[in-house]
Amino acid sequence: MLDIINRLLGRENAGSRDIARERLRLVLIHDRASVSPNFLNTLKEELIRVIREYMEIDEESLVVDLENEENSIALVANIPIRGFKRAANE
Amino acid sequence: MKSRVIVITSGKGGVGKTTTTANLGTSLAMMDKKVVLVDTDIGLRNLDVVMGLENRIVFDIVDVVNGKCRLKQALIKDKRFEGLHLLPAAQTKDKTAITPHQMKNLTNELRQDFDFILVDCPAGIEQGFRNAIAGADDAIVVAMPEVSSVRDADRIIGLLEAAGLRNSRLIVNRLRSKMVRRGDMMDIKDILDILSIELLGVVPEDECIVVSTNRGEPAVMENASRAGAAYRRIARRMMGEDIPLPSLDEPENFFYRFKKILKMAR
Repeated sequence: MLDIINRLLGRENAGSRDIARERLRLVLIHDRASVSPNFLNTLKEELIRVIREYMEIDEESLVVDLENEENSIALVANIPIRGFKRAANE
Repeated sequence: MKSRVIVITSGKGGVGKTTTTANLGTSLAMMDKKVVLVDTDIGLRNLDVVMGLENRIVFDIVDVVNGKCRLKQALIKDKRFEGLHLLPAAQTKDKTAITPHQMKNLTNELRQDFDFILVDCPAGIEQGFRNAIAGADDAIVVAMPEVSSVRDADRIIGLLEAAGLRNSRLIVNRLRSKMVRRGDMMDIKDILDILSIELLGVVPEDECIVVSTNRGEPAVMENASRAGAAYRRIARRMMGEDIPLPSLDEPENFFYRFKKILKMAR
């Protein structure tokens, strides 16, 4: 009975709908990224191009990947820096 | 009216491609359109039994492609509806018995005689899928409100786009509104948010589908069937009629309103 009342009041734990939606969201980020293998490579090349304007980086050991965290997916880039360009103070 | 080749696909098996093909085709024929249903699930044909035409097969799609018979000889005319035809799949061969190029020629030949060419696609993303989409102008993606089905639908939409079919439309099949209200099933809006394609229609879960498949009579023939009624509405939308889609907001039954009021009061 209490269960029914709770349910009517919407106090039950989040329905499995929310779990489904969240799991789908995360799995599709991976699916969509891995379906086009070019995606991460292109992104990597673009990143190198932009960052090179600001600093010297080790392009060979640059790693860009998707990583699972608790409830999210992060785009993690590990970019070893070789040197910094001196910027003129304004 | 210009003829249209429409592929009905889903990626995942068992979500209702064949049932959808049979019901939409029958419904379009009931509106006096000339329709042919093409079963491309070679080796696992089923559209014939769903349509109740399994005893009338003489030739099949592979015979046509291999020149063993003329196209007209392989077409089974449905005696219940003027203008409705079935081109059955072969049961003894496999998906490689046909190439996408041959399939494209076949659908082009069918364009001469039919308004709607509905292609029932097999499950999977291999050659059977590539054959089924080869000659298509449009695609209908069928998905159930489940994680696995929506995930596969997403993959299929990507593959359709890559093949140049950019205006796929979605049918959400076997929706159980009771479970949606209880918060235990994704609703239409959830699925559309994820897949971001146009909605063509929503078909509710309905026991009539089992009965109609048992009998070999598509549910659109049964006035009392809720799924049948949903398919008839979808068919009218395919004809370009302006039939309103189900509301994307949560259903407004008594208990839902009651729940909402109590929630607000808290």
